[in-house]
Amino acid sequence: MNTLSRARRPAPRSEARGGLAARLREPTQVVFLALLALIALGWVLVALDGGQFLTMESVVGIQQRSAALGIVAIGQTLAILAGSLDLSVAYLISLTSLVAAEIMAGRDGNVLPAVAAVLGVSALVGLVNGLVITRLRVHAFIATLGVALIIKGVVDHLYDGPAGKVPESFQLLGYSRIGPIPVSAVLWAGVAVVAWFLLSRTRLGYRVYAVGGNEEVARLSGIRTGRAIVLTHVLCSVCAGIAGLLLASRLGAGAPTVGTDGGYDLESIAAVVLGGTALAGGKGGVSGTVGGVLLLAVLDTIFNQLEVNSFVKDVVRGVVIVVAVAVYARRIKGRSV
Amino acid sequence: MKRTLPILAVLMVLLAAIAIANPHFLEPAGFLAFLKRAAPLVILAAGQYFVIVSGEFDLSVGSLVTAEVVIAARLIDGDGSATWPVIALLIVIGLLVGLVNGVVTTKLRVPSFIVTLGMLLILSGAVFLWTGGAPRGALSEGFRAFGRGGLGPVPWSVLILLAVGAAAIWLMRADFGKTLIATGDNERAAALSGVRVDRAKIIAFMLSGLAAAVAAILLGGFAGVSAQVGQGLEFSAITAVVLGGVVLGGGRGSVLAAMAGAFTLEALFTLLNLYGISGALEFTVQGVIIIAAVAAGAVHLPRMFTPRKGDAHAAS
Repeated sequence: MNTLSRARRPAPRSEARGGLAARLREPTQVVFLALLALIALGWVLVALDGGQFLTMESVVGIQQRSAALGIVAIGQTLAILAGSLDLSVAYLISLTSLVAAEIMAGRDGNVLPAVAAVLGVSALVGLVNGLVITRLRVHAFIATLGVALIIKGVVDHLYDGPAGKVPESFQLLGYSRIGPIPVSAVLWAGVAVVAWFLLSRTRLGYRVYAVGGNEEVARLSGIRTGRAIVLTHVLCSVCAGIAGLLLASRLGAGAPTVGTDGGYDLESIAAVVLGGTALAGGKGGVSGTVGGVLLLAVLDTIFNQLEVNSFVKDVVRGVVIVVAVAVYARRIKGRSV
Repeated sequence: MKRTLPILAVLMVLLAAIAIANPHFLEPAGFLAFLKRAAPLVILAAGQYFVIVSGEFDLSVGSLVTAEVVIAARLIDGDGSATWPVIALLIVIGLLVGLVNGVVTTKLRVPSFIVTLGMLLILSGAVFLWTGGAPRGALSEGFRAFGRGGLGPVPWSVLILLAVGAAAIWLMRADFGKTLIATGDNERAAALSGVRVDRAKIIAFMLSGLAAAVAAILLGGFAGVSAQVGQGLEFSAITAVVLGGVVLGGGRGSVLAAMAGAFTLEALFTLLNLYGISGALEFTVQGVIIIAAVAAGAVHLPRMFTPRKGDAHAAS
C-alpha cells in the first residue's frame, strides 16, 4: 500500500522520543505558519496595488471557495492516512450532484430523500472502492481510477448538460451565511470536526494510522486491516457526496462536469499533502488538510484581487505544492539523521 | 518472458475478436492503420514503464504532450523550414522536463506523485499563459508527415514505434535495465550494492519525457493541434503499463509486456467501437475491464509463481 513512495520516507526515528500527538502536530504547524505568512504577503501585495485584502467580501469568498474542496479533502485525508488514495471523487461529485438535483426536482418535500439517496450512492461507491482494493487486491490507484471511469461512462451516457432542479430552500445551503460565516463553511467545519474526532478519539482512527503506517505490522497486531481500509473509503466517498450536494445547491441543478471542472481528484490530494500528510500514509491529520485547503484558497484570492492571469495561478500552485512537500521532506530528514 | 505471456494471450484474443467483426483488419492496410493509431500510447507506455519499474509515477506526460504540440504549432506557424529545429527543441524540452521531475524526486525527496502533479499544473499553466489561453499557429506539412505520412505503405509512426520498442527492450537488457529493476525492487539494497540509484531514476524520468515528446510529434500530425490532445494520456499510459502486469511500486514486469498492455488497451477501444459501444459507455467498460484484469493478475499470480518477500505488500 505504501509503495507510492516506499523508499522516499526515511525511518522516523524520532517516534521513540516524541509522543504520537507531538509527532502529528508538527507538519500542521508548518502549514498554518505558511498560511499566516501568505496572508501577510497577500495583504502587502494587495495594499501596494491600492486595494484592501481582508475585506468582508474576500473573507467570505475564501471560505466559500474552499468549502467544497475542503470537504472532499477531509475525506481524501482519511483514505491517504490509511495508505490508500481515491481518484474517483471528482466523478462521484458530478454523479451525486445529478442524483440530488434529479430527485429534488424543485420540490421542497424531496430534499430529505435526495440527501439520503446521495449518501447511499456515495457510500456504495466507497464500499466498491474499498472492496476492490482489499478483496481483489488491486492497487488503490488503479481501483479508484477504474471506478472513476465507470462513473464517468454512466454519467456521460445519461446526461449531456445540467439536469434536475434544486428547490430554493436547499439553495440556501450554498449561499446564505450567518454573519461573516457562510453555511457551507459551517458544514465544512462540521465534517472536519467529525473526522478529527474519528481519527484522534476512536479506535477506528488509531487503526487507520496503524494500517497506513505499516499494513503488515498492523495485520500481525490483530487489526482487521481490510475493514479499516474499506471504512475509510466509504467515509471518503460520503465526503465527496456531501460536496456534490453543496455544489448542486450552488448551481441550482446537477451538472455532469462539475466535479472534473473543479479538478477535485488531484486537487484534493494536493491539498492533503500540502497539509503535511504523508502520501505513503500513517502520518498527518485533518487540521493540516484544513490549513492546506485554506492556503490554496488564500492563494486564489490574492491572484483574483491582483487580477493575475488564471494560467499563472496554475503555475504558482504547482510550484507551491512541490516546494511545500520538499520542505516537509527536508524537515523529516533533518530530524532522523 | 513468462510474465509477458498472459497479456500477449489477452491481446491475441482481442485481435482475433476484432478480425472476426471486421475482416478488413487482417489486410496489411487495416492492421497498419491499427498500429499507427496505437503508436503514441505504446510509446508513452514504454516511457512510463521505466518510471514505474523504478518505483515512481509520472503524471505529467499528458500535459507534457499537450504543451509540446502547442509549442510546436506556435513556433512552426506553418513555416516548413522550422520543422527540424522545432523537433529538436521538443525533444530537448521533453528531456528537460524529465530531468526536473527526476532531480526533484530524488534530490529533494518529494514523492514523484506530487512532483509530477505539480509539473502537470505548471506545464498546462505555462504553455497557455504563453499562447494566451488557446493554441495558436499551425504545424507544417513536414511535421505532420510523421503522424500521417509513410514510407510507401508503412506509416512513419509504425517505423518510429518499432525503433522505440527495440531501443526500450535493448535498454532493459543492458546494465541500465538491471540496475533500474534493482532500484525499483529494493532501493536500499540496490544502493548498498553500488547502484547509483538517483541517477537511474533521473534517467528513467528523462526517458519518460523523451517518450512524451515523440508521442507528441506523432499525435500532432495524427490528431492536429488542440488544447485537449494530451488529456488523460497519463492515466491511459499508467493503465496500459499495469495491464501489462507491471507492478506499481516497482521492481517487477517487462517493457515488452507494458507495450503489449498499451496495444491491448487500444485493441479494446477498437473492439468497443466495432460492437457499437461507442461514446460514453466505452469508459464504463474500460473501467470494469481494467479492474478485472489487474484483479485477475493480483489474485492468481502469487499462486502461479513463487512469491517473493514483499509481494503481498506490493500487490495490494
